[in-house]
Amino acid sequence: MIKGFDLGPILTGEYAALMLQGALLTLKLMLFAWLLAMSLAFLLVVVRLTHNKLAEHLVAAYVAYHRNVPTLVQLMLWYFGVPTLLPESTQLWLADFSTEFIFAVIALGLCQAAYFAEDLRAGLRAIPDGQTEASRALGMGYVRSMRYVILPQGVRNSLPSLINHTVLLFKNTSLAMAIGVVELTYATREVENYTFRTFESYLVATVGYLAVSLVLMGIGALIARRFDLARAR
Amino acid sequence: MFDVFTILRGNWELLLIGQYPSGPMGGLVNTLMLSALALVIAFPLSILLAMARISPFRALRYPAFVWVYVLRGIPLLLVIFWTYFLVPVLIGHNISAFTTMLCTLVIYQSAYLSEIVRGGIQALPGGQYEAARALGMGYWRAMSYVILPQALYNALPSLISQFVSIIKETTLGYIINLQELTFSANQVNNQLLTKPFQVYFILAISYFCICYSLTRLAGAVEHRIERKRKGDNGSASAAKAIPELVSTDLPR
Repeated sequence: MIKGFDLGPILTGEYAALMLQGALLTLKLMLFAWLLAMSLAFLLVVVRLTHNKLAEHLVAAYVAYHRNVPTLVQLMLWYFGVPTLLPESTQLWLADFSTEFIFAVIALGLCQAAYFAEDLRAGLRAIPDGQTEASRALGMGYVRSMRYVILPQGVRNSLPSLINHTVLLFKNTSLAMAIGVVELTYATREVENYTFRTFESYLVATVGYLAVSLVLMGIGALIARRFDLARAR
Repeated sequence: MFDVFTILRGNWELLLIGQYPSGPMGGLVNTLMLSALALVIAFPLSILLAMARISPFRALRYPAFVWVYVLRGIPLLLVIFWTYFLVPVLIGHNISAFTTMLCTLVIYQSAYLSEIVRGGIQALPGGQYEAARALGMGYWRAMSYVILPQALYNALPSLISQFVSIIKETTLGYIINLQELTFSANQVNNQLLTKPFQVYFILAISYFCICYSLTRLAGAVEHRIERKRKGDNGSASAAKAIPELVSTDLPR
């Protein structure tokens, strides 16, 4: 297995280029999905804060669905299922593009929004009511008190779990290979098929994933420790 | 939407048990069997791993630390590929998709479960362990009669949530052609060809029903444990009620 262990073919030439492209696509997928998830999560939290019963139930249903259905199934539903619901002309138009990437971003983003929304809600719930009341008493309106008093503290409270779930999102991008997005895992399989250097190609991919995950986890640990120190003071 | 029921009526056997009497077991039953087996095997491993992570010996602590962080840092898909490639090399003959997926889930979940068990153990007051030792118990007796029963009971809701994660993770078996629920749904879809949305909708709803009821169960168990803990010392809950009263009395 280790006989003839040689990283050379993987780290140089066309295979290295393929791996690098895959890695870049993984990061791009993660970035777009993260932005979609975060903006949607804020929207969901704001809707939940309106205290409208119907809206609250809808948000709860959204969160429950996305947290209890496997991400791979959500990806399949979006990529294979949703396009067939569109009118035929749109389907034909869509067929000209490579839609895997778009649908992967949508599916991963919508799924992750449920996790982010829960994190934000938990962070906001930890803030005492007195904060809102004090900022309103100082003459701030709803939006201003949210913007300058509540949200900064709430987001700070939820940062550790937000970062944990960002790591989850990063790992979930590998599922996009199931619908044909050529990200790092897909590229690794390709390189392995061409070179038969299974051990080496998996090793490179593992180190790549691990590096990004550990950096994210490290940032999370640093932030958590800083806030613990600040609170202890 | 009536298509959904037509598809279900035509294919419920394939989705439930695969081609079982005439072929291998598949479908939902296989998914649940795989998840349950993975949890049952991974759980004792995770307890040992958690004990290694908080042991005073570096020789145990460091490898356990590396094991947990490496597995938490890479996608499950990559672990599947590693198992698919390495286990046959190590044991000398090929293994089925089911065994591959089972090994993968056990390896992957041992890391996550050990973090839960470790959290449960570390949440206990240190006095528990010291008192057990003071009563003359050795390390293993203190662990198995005093620490672990309390820690695992407190960790029960997280364990149920982790079972939900395992069920969701078995879907990845589809990529190595393991005949579980997602694989069956894809078979149905390949037969019908024209109704992908309905088929995947059925698939999503099936997973939702199973996982959501388990999530609710975890919530109920958590609630029960919390109530029990509050009942143990009434003074703490009484003290907590006071600030709440004050804040609701404020004019809004």
